Amino acid sequence: MLQDVVSVSLPVNERMRIKKNHFEPYNLTGNEKRICIVTGIHGDELEGQYVCYELIRRLSENGHLLNGIVDIYPSMNPLGMDSIKREMPIFDLDMNMIFPGSETGAVAEHIAAAIMNDIKGADICIDIHASNIFLREIPQVRISKETAPKLLPYAKMLNVDFIWVHSSVTVMEATLSHSLNKAGTPTLVAEMGVGMRITKSYGDQLLDGIFNLMSKMGIWAGETRNVSHPIVSTDGNVSLIYSDTSGIFMPTIKHWAGISKGDHIGDILDPLTGTVEQEIFAPCSGIVFTLREYPVVYEGSLLARILGGC
Amino acid sequence: MTKENIVTLKSPYRDDFEINGYRFGKGEKTCCIVGAMRGNEVQQLYVCSQIIRALSNIEKKGDLAHGKQIMVIPSLNPFSMNIQRRFWSVDNTDLNRMFPGDANGKTTQRIAAGIFDFIKEYQYGIQFTSFYISGDFIPHVRMMDTEHKNIGLANLFGLPYILLRKPKPFDTATLNFNWQNSDTSAFSVYTNETEHIDEESAHIAVGAVLRFLSRMGVIKYQSHGGYMATTLEEEHLMSVHAQSGGIYRRIKQPGDEVEQGEAMAEILDPFEGTVIEEIKAPANGIVFFAHKSPLVLENSVVYKIIKRLHI
Repeated sequence: MLQDVVSVSLPVNERMRIKKNHFEPYNLTGNEKRICIVTGIHGDELEGQYVCYELIRRLSENGHLLNGIVDIYPSMNPLGMDSIKREMPIFDLDMNMIFPGSETGAVAEHIAAAIMNDIKGADICIDIHASNIFLREIPQVRISKETAPKLLPYAKMLNVDFIWVHSSVTVMEATLSHSLNKAGTPTLVAEMGVGMRITKSYGDQLLDGIFNLMSKMGIWAGETRNVSHPIVSTDGNVSLIYSDTSGIFMPTIKHWAGISKGDHIGDILDPLTGTVEQEIFAPCSGIVFTLREYPVVYEGSLLARILGGC
Repeated sequence: MTKENIVTLKSPYRDDFEINGYRFGKGEKTCCIVGAMRGNEVQQLYVCSQIIRALSNIEKKGDLAHGKQIMVIPSLNPFSMNIQRRFWSVDNTDLNRMFPGDANGKTTQRIAAGIFDFIKEYQYGIQFTSFYISGDFIPHVRMMDTEHKNIGLANLFGLPYILLRKPKPFDTATLNFNWQNSDTSAFSVYTNETEHIDEESAHIAVGAVLRFLSRMGVIKYQSHGGYMATTLEEEHLMSVHAQSGGIYRRIKQPGDEVEQGEAMAEILDPFEGTVIEEIKAPANGIVFFAHKSPLVLENSVVYKIIKRLHI
């Protein structure tokens, strides 16, 4: 059942609508568990679109296997998604920096508050992100240290390759996931792929995890597939490699590949002079779980993250 | 006056990214004034340029105090301004959400760290900045409502209002917040405009800074006394929302007095030109902020009013 979560009149003959697709069992008992699948807060992150499509397709065809409520929100930032823009157009505002919002606030805060109110009270929420256009990520779940005891069991059900337990940063308090967790709704952030693209294999992997999670929570009575056992790691085991100069980054390694300390990761080239400006070597041994996708770099551009630590 | 380079970053395709500052006087780091951090803050750039011009004249007259120095950084983000983007030209991140920065972090964190290392030891910090919603303010001094705030000093600008803002999570990464945290008395000064130059409010802003510097004994400068400021808390301002989307016709301007029920603005049907909503003042008061764009969305905050109670 399609529903408007919130809508706002735009200046010229149009309403901006945030929509969800609501699924519930044929016979409601009032005790059903509810899961929310959210994506598209950043308009350039499309990996969640295939997940929503396929999830809705399977639920539509197998309503008799549903024992709980599933709410699917494919586009939290419909204007951004439609105009290939990461931020909320009009305000140029990162939508994931305005939660929990305010019902009496300006337009963006009001929208954020309406989203919060709609999701709050769910038994679990999955917020699916792609990376931005600059970096490619393996399927992973990111949770803060504070929420790890509660969220780690759910995260392990999601069939991701990696769970990153990171330290909290104050600015992250304005994200949807932090705000929902603070409001008592367990929320996981799934991150995979790259901005402006859809990686079907990653989507299928996460879908298996979502059905597994729904099954374990008693929401889904259909078949599920075995899920992988993810690597769980903290900040201390993650090494970040930044560019020390500007130019064009040409990697010499593959994403999600094992490397040894001292291995050649890639070069930064100057296309005008034909020179190599910097050779990049692995500072430690491990697995490259983040790799730069967008070639143009500045000093300080993130090139790779290695799981392994130094 | 000496011109100094603060940050340099090599670009793949453009001239080097440079942040330059203008130093007046020698001695203790007394006051740092920063301008445009976003690419559309033209008014903020202009105000700083006029401050540099005024301080140059003051210096020539020998009216800078001995043993004190002033630093003015008119633009912290020339790359974005030159291509007419508000945020960082490459990844659209907001430099004013990157403080105190990280010298080993991502590009905008490195820029922020370079700036902050250079300016964090100044006793007073003044930033000309803008609001994320398009609109005009009464010129005012804004401060984070933290234990470090100093309202008495904010009064020395002689502007009519001081606004206190309770920090939200994203504020913790702004320059103002981090300046305060590092024991700089930090003030954000808001004028009427951002993307266009408003000479009148720019003149007020330049005068306010020179008045502040004069009262703190940093320069000798003759000026009128300005206002005894009224201190407001942001959360006590009354927001007036549009109930419709359409073409926006502003009637009341920042600084105008309004009576409850008085028409403040109209929203027109964008095709038929008829008035579909008349926005009325919900209380007696003074307009502190007024929406500027000719278009408006439903639920936009079109005015913020200082209720008469506070006057």
